[in-house]
Amino acid sequence: MTQLIWLTIALPILGLLINGLFGRRFLGNRVVSIIAPLMVLLAFLVGVGAFFETMGRDGEAVTVHLWNWTTIGDFSVPINLLVDPLSLTMVLVVTGVGFLIHVYATDYMVHRDDHGHAHDDRDFPRFFTFLNLFIASMLVLVLGDNYLMMYVGWELVGVSSYLLIGYWFDRPSEEQTPIDLGPDTEPVQLQPLLSPAASGMKAFIVNRIGDVGFALGVFLIWSTFGTLQFDEVFAEAVHVSETMPTVIPWITALLFVGAIGKSAQLPLYVWLPDAMAGPTPVSALIHAATMVTAGVYMIVRSNILYSLAPNVSLWIAIIGMATAFFAATIALVQVDLKRVLAYSTVSQLGYMFAAVGVGAYTAGMFHLVTHAFFKALLFLGAGSVMHALHDVIDIRRMGGLKDKMKITWITFWIGGLALAGFPLMSGFFSKDEILAHVFEASPILWFFGILTAGMTAFYTFRAIFIAFHGKPRDHHLYEHAHENRAPITFALSVLAVLAIFGGLLGLPAFMGFTHYLDGWLEHVLYELPHGAEEHHMSVTMEYILMGTSAVIAVGGIALAYFFYMVQPSIPQNIARSLRSLFALLAHKYWIDELYDTLFVQPGLKLSNAFANGLDKLIIDETFIDGSAKLVGRFGKLLSKLENGYTSNYALATFIGVLIMISYFFLR
Amino acid sequence: MIGQVPLSYYLLLSAILFAIGAGGVLIRRNVIIVLMCVEMMMNAVNLTFIAFSRYLDSTTGQIFVFMIMAVAAVEVAIGLALLVELNRHKDTVDINEFNSLQG
Repeated sequence: MTQLIWLTIALPILGLLINGLFGRRFLGNRVVSIIAPLMVLLAFLVGVGAFFETMGRDGEAVTVHLWNWTTIGDFSVPINLLVDPLSLTMVLVVTGVGFLIHVYATDYMVHRDDHGHAHDDRDFPRFFTFLNLFIASMLVLVLGDNYLMMYVGWELVGVSSYLLIGYWFDRPSEEQTPIDLGPDTEPVQLQPLLSPAASGMKAFIVNRIGDVGFALGVFLIWSTFGTLQFDEVFAEAVHVSETMPTVIPWITALLFVGAIGKSAQLPLYVWLPDAMAGPTPVSALIHAATMVTAGVYMIVRSNILYSLAPNVSLWIAIIGMATAFFAATIALVQVDLKRVLAYSTVSQLGYMFAAVGVGAYTAGMFHLVTHAFFKALLFLGAGSVMHALHDVIDIRRMGGLKDKMKITWITFWIGGLALAGFPLMSGFFSKDEILAHVFEASPILWFFGILTAGMTAFYTFRAIFIAFHGKPRDHHLYEHAHENRAPITFALSVLAVLAIFGGLLGLPAFMGFTHYLDGWLEHVLYELPHGAEEHHMSVTMEYILMGTSAVIAVGGIALAYFFYMVQPSIPQNIARSLRSLFALLAHKYWIDELYDTLFVQPGLKLSNAFANGLDKLIIDETFIDGSAKLVGRFGKLLSKLENGYTSNYALATFIGVLIMISYFFLR
Repeated sequence: MIGQVPLSYYLLLSAILFAIGAGGVLIRRNVIIVLMCVEMMMNAVNLTFIAFSRYLDSTTGQIFVFMIMAVAAVEVAIGLALLVELNRHKDTVDINEFNSLQG
């Protein structure tokens, strides 16, 4: 199976070819919705096979050579796939979660009327074509054995993301109802939501900014090491860091710029919340579980480079934790269920970067995996609610849904508990591991981490209590709400099980359990030869940190319960008394407006100047039209000679002959 | 007889004929007249040929003239045929009306 690992990429490509070429015209939506998930399932099974073989080899890496892309003299670019514990972890997450989300989407993307009749949706095959394209692209990213293939995959997932966010490209932008703060206070106005087409472009362009950094990083690797192969670069890394001490920090910093864009960190996170304009399965798969974690994967993959650049790593940890904190504060007041989850994703990605920044690569991967489970679950739950309420996503119009949607309610609770870090759920273990490592590196960062954890628990359960509990706020919507069909509830149930038990992958070693992920990823992580001295915290300290996390998580949930179930007037009162702060959060710190004035408008003005000034006036009108006009005028002038009077032609002939003769005579 | 008339007289006559023909081609508007003027120019050239042939005591010039006369006959036939067609088409013989190829 290891040698057949290329099938994991080829099968989704096959699926996208079949569905893309024949889906709309010949196959019909039913066949399309079988082929697309089936291909991902088969890819998952290949991945599982490779997983067991790699386990049998004790985690040793295998390079599968496919073909040489190009060979010029002794320079050749091989297309190789790298099968090792790290890439397999990603493959299993991508195809596993991807399969569940494909299944979910087969029902979610079907729009039914009140009698349960499906609309004949001609765009249906396009969705699954793009979704398969994403799976294939993501696998190229994680399976490539060099930075070039990683870059190709990096860009391909960007394109898939763009295509899928803008899937409903004909939908307009939407106004949001202002937040009411009680009778005698002015309500807080909210910015309109971007249209899906605009959101897709925003995501693509913001990602380009990061990708410039990533590309430069890859160039720098090439010029420094003369190769882009992971194993060769990593083998040389220590030597290079001794001979050229400034190069490795530059490489890592540039690569991290790419990760900032792709993984939505400060200051380039702005595209992710708007990416929620795409269909919910896309939000779950691409903008929560897989693509946005590519940056974390890249850093873990290049762990030796980052270990050799401690200053850059420290900055990664700081940026990660700042993002985590910053995004969590915004999530506190969002009224759009998917946007709460989107800011939560930004925040959780911040945790992962904080982890890899302090050198806890396993912890980062651990949180990546558990986050993929519970955040995909939460998004799919939000989608399930949306589907039942005919695309209403504003939590202010929900309420009491637990009676109507039992499975969605229970699974959403599970996802929420895992995200909040409730003890014994998967998110608890992974987040706790990160926080413990961060505490070792810097207690200040840890303090922000634990604050963020508290806010996470609070905003998650704020959304749950408002949406699922209490009294229905919109009776018409409530009456029409219903539990969804089997594909949706199936995906939710499986992910709920994973969200509960995902923590078993990495039970804390200090309690005497086996940390499976630690052993599994051991071969991927490089040890520095001179070795940073390992100073482990005392077990007591570990217990204290873990206890604090648990108390904070439970406290956040309890606070949310008190605010939104027991005394629902409190949050409004607080918002009213701190109106300006509340408005600042509700407007997401005006960051979008800031970027608009600082970058977008000047950029538009500049491109307008170039388009209308340089291009239109100078290039078009002066050079292009000008030269054409010059030739035209000259032609007009000459054409005066061709006036149609035969005698003129004859005169010209005579004069010509005269000139010739006189030349011969006068010579 | 030729002995009494010097060559220069022939050449002068020929030049005058040629000039009259050329002037007619340039000035006249009636196509038929223009065609006649072309013929006149050609015959002026023929006269030169004959005169030189006699003066140099060589027959080459006379053979040339025969050739030219044969070709001229053909040319006139085609030219007149074109003229007839042009006349049918435009209903005129004014050469300045045949100007649809102007720039």
